[in-house]
Amino acid sequence: MTDVLMPQMGESIVEGTLTRWLKKPGDAVKRDEPLFEISTDKVDTEIPSPAEGVLKETLVEAGATVQINTVVARIDDGSAGAAAPAPAEAPKAEAPQPDPAPPAPVAAEAPVPAAAEPAPSSNEDSGPISPLVRRMAREHNLDLAKIPGTGAGGRITKADVEAYLAGQTAAPSPVAASPVAAAPVATAPATPSAPPAAPKPADVAPVAAAEAPRVRVEPMSIMRQKIAEHMVMSKATSAHVTTVHRVDMTKIAKLRNARKNLVKERYGFSLTFLPFITRAAAEALRAFPIVNASIQGSNVLYHNEVNVGIAVALDNGLIVPVIKHADEKNVIGLQRAIADLANRARSKQLKPDEVQGGTFSITNFGSFGSLFATPVINQPQIAILGIGAVNKEVVVVDDAIAIRDMAYLALTFDHRLIDGALADQFCLRIKTVLENWSEDVL
Amino acid sequence: MRKLRVLDLGHLDWREAFRLQETYAEERKQGLESDILLLVEHPHVVTMGRNGNESNLLASPELLRRSGIAFYETNRGGDVTYHGPGQVVGYPIFDLRDWKRDVGAFVRAVEEVLIRSLAAFGVVAERVSGKTGVWVNGAKVAAIGIHLSRWVSSHGFALNHETSLQYFGYIVPCGLPDPVCSLESLGMHVSRDAVCAEIVRHFVDVFEFHAVETIQSPAAPVRCVASEAT
Repeated sequence: MTDVLMPQMGESIVEGTLTRWLKKPGDAVKRDEPLFEISTDKVDTEIPSPAEGVLKETLVEAGATVQINTVVARIDDGSAGAAAPAPAEAPKAEAPQPDPAPPAPVAAEAPVPAAAEPAPSSNEDSGPISPLVRRMAREHNLDLAKIPGTGAGGRITKADVEAYLAGQTAAPSPVAASPVAAAPVATAPATPSAPPAAPKPADVAPVAAAEAPRVRVEPMSIMRQKIAEHMVMSKATSAHVTTVHRVDMTKIAKLRNARKNLVKERYGFSLTFLPFITRAAAEALRAFPIVNASIQGSNVLYHNEVNVGIAVALDNGLIVPVIKHADEKNVIGLQRAIADLANRARSKQLKPDEVQGGTFSITNFGSFGSLFATPVINQPQIAILGIGAVNKEVVVVDDAIAIRDMAYLALTFDHRLIDGALADQFCLRIKTVLENWSEDVL
Repeated sequence: MRKLRVLDLGHLDWREAFRLQETYAEERKQGLESDILLLVEHPHVVTMGRNGNESNLLASPELLRRSGIAFYETNRGGDVTYHGPGQVVGYPIFDLRDWKRDVGAFVRAVEEVLIRSLAAFGVVAERVSGKTGVWVNGAKVAAIGIHLSRWVSSHGFALNHETSLQYFGYIVPCGLPDPVCSLESLGMHVSRDAVCAEIVRHFVDVFEFHAVETIQSPAAPVRCVASEAT
């Protein structure tokens, strides 16, 4: 059995990110054949296999960053003698490495054990604990000494931890989690101190395949992946805070009702609440330029243009086309831009520059009936306005009960740059404009 | 004696250049080729590195293509980047076992080459701690992304010479990236040949080559320049 180590790629480099496995457990590998890729400092490096044999197990998942000289995988090269019988399913069929003088594999460089040696476990005999196993143990609050190891030299593998967890909870672990199905843990804790005298017959793939599928695996679309990454990145970047203001939309509703037929007749599109709110927001952005800013390092970038992104729901997706110079457009101009961008977003006819350059965003979840929500900031912007549904409500006006068209406006802002007082002043400006609307739309 | 061979590919499609890189890298691994620096200018192309964050590409590959910009995923390090006319792209295919066997030092050295080359035109460029690339007054002038296989490097750097900076807007959401700049936008009007000459000179200096040789075309290598003292 040959350990595959995270190689040292330079003097100053103490760790690397394993970006991709080029082989999976059970695959036959040749010596010097690329086995995995690591990334250090904008350099991607293919790491060749230090031995010929069968990739027995991978101890580090793609995406994990580990210190140099960490054992990331084991290759069964038949060298471990009786302790590790070579699995029958993977005969070493390959011809010997044709390269007459294979360059020394990177991974075989003199290891510097001191720097990266994993902390010894409480159970000496279970050997070094891989970072993956250690992390799993920490996440599940496990005592590693209690988990029987089935890896080389009695080491605890990922499969062992999963098997242990499965036995503990008596519930099967999520099917998608791993190809290694719950191994029979019940078979007495195989004396962890003993060498693996009785290796489990199959801790590799086939077990899971026998089960009826309980999940359907479908790759995410590129757009879905992009959205997912952007959302998580945004949450990790900004200090999201949402403030909600209730706005009396009665005046706007009346104006809209009075004009919508004429607008439809004259321009061919419907008049919604959105352009009114966009116009009010543009005015507030002019009054509070910091809401129209973004953060770069320790600098604040104030954008001189007010470019408002409008979130458009697509089939299983979302795109935010941008109305450039939104502050220079009237309600009809805004409505036309919104209708046009939304139509072309749905028919995938947007041009690249139409989804870029936004300095603030608006999302209209009210059109789906939501009262208010806490939107996620569209990075690198600093705030996003969410519009709730406009509904008739009973409210108190001048100590009298009245029926008004009300809506909740939710502003999510980045507390790194904006404090609550300013965010609320900004919202109040929008509210004031909307409640005291003075211009006609035609 | 360590010799640097330099091949200026001129204007060449990214894929073609990538194939050449692969060929030279393979030959370098087998010891059939010395360290070689490919210089090239690509038509509009956006490439995504292995660690590319899709969120930095709000325009879909489809949209890019419709705008006449090719899109490829590559095996180099780094995120998404743009290449296009007016950019000096350099692919050093070096065997780092002959040098320092050090990835970090290699990246810093390529940065050093670019910083010194820019200094030759009076441009004060610098590194930004924690990032890879070269900046002038907070605006990125050169990007770096490297692939390494058996200590042989490929991919490399892209220095904005007379690049139309608007194209960088395609690769970062909302067009508010780290600002980018070019020699031209900094007010330096110099020829591409002059820029390439400085880059080659400083590659020789920084990597301590004993000799440099310019080859004319990948098909018919012609030996030209003699050794250069360092």
